Amino acid sequence: MARIIVVTSGKGGVGKTTTAASFAAGLARAGHKTVVIDFDVGLRNLDLIMGCERRVVYDFVNVISKEANLKQALIRDKRVENLYILAASQTRDKDALTDDGVARVLEDLSADFDYIVCDSPAGIERGALMAMHFADEALIVTNPEVSSVRDSDRVLGMLEARTKRAANDEDPVKQHLVLTRYASSRVGKGEMLSVEDVTDILAIPLLGVIPESEAVLNASNAGSPVILEQDSSAGLAYDDMVARFLGEDRPMRFLEDKKGLFGRMFGRRV
Amino acid sequence: MSWLNLFKADRKGSASLAKERLQVVVAHRRSNRGDHPAYFPKLQKDLLRVLRKYVEVSDDAVQMDIERDGDLEVLELNITLPEQQARN
Repeated sequence: MARIIVVTSGKGGVGKTTTAASFAAGLARAGHKTVVIDFDVGLRNLDLIMGCERRVVYDFVNVISKEANLKQALIRDKRVENLYILAASQTRDKDALTDDGVARVLEDLSADFDYIVCDSPAGIERGALMAMHFADEALIVTNPEVSSVRDSDRVLGMLEARTKRAANDEDPVKQHLVLTRYASSRVGKGEMLSVEDVTDILAIPLLGVIPESEAVLNASNAGSPVILEQDSSAGLAYDDMVARFLGEDRPMRFLEDKKGLFGRMFGRRV
Repeated sequence: MSWLNLFKADRKGSASLAKERLQVVVAHRRSNRGDHPAYFPKLQKDLLRVLRKYVEVSDDAVQMDIERDGDLEVLELNITLPEQQARN
């Protein structure tokens, strides 16, 4: 039985796909057979972030409508063993993701994989609901910024009320906060919500803090999950995040401004 | 209190304002959950079952809330009927 994890946020552009790609790659690299599914029907992007856009022949909707089987649609990652991608459809309408169809595909994948990572579309519409519906756990990707935090709170409410686990009175979906685009220098100046601020407000356990990093854009330009960039702060932070998810105890890094006390005292007013 | 607080407020900048504003909007939603009585889910299911003797409704047709004002507790019940059924 695979564990199903949704990567969700409500707000767009906060780093859901970046996180889903790195999270899935990290799980696979740790030896777990992992598939990452793009639920953003009509606006697929996971294939680009994973660098397999030219290898998409069949997609998620093709499998649901039985025009292709999973074996044909799953794209095997060329860098990381045990990692597979199921792309979203580029053209079909969003109703193509039927409850029964998604349930059947997840069940089929469940037999074969350890982890199924569902990359949710932005918003709280059907696609986002379908992505979270069958989840056992959720990564809530949040930027330290008011609209993102509020949207994450909305999504937490939906995870508690609108998922299969909620409907069946099972244990609730396990929630993890992933704080992305964190700029410690701005937090130091009081210009950005701190880790503590966001965890105070959302009141869910923190899984990782990903620092704002040039490496994220560079990695997406190249079509490679940023976790594979082990000389970048973002890559290392994602590596820590995956290790924590798998039960390892790792301290949070990159929370401190690189400037020392002296720099902070005098740099503040600049 | 005086000069120390002034210094602190200045130091905190716009992030503290963001936090205060967020706490208000998020607390509002949180107040509507979490502290629900334990019988809520069961009552919700029973109501759905009774309702379905008469009309076809979806799983989320019954919305319930507890409003608290001092000693007063009000159970707020919101039942959404399907459109064609509502006309009958």
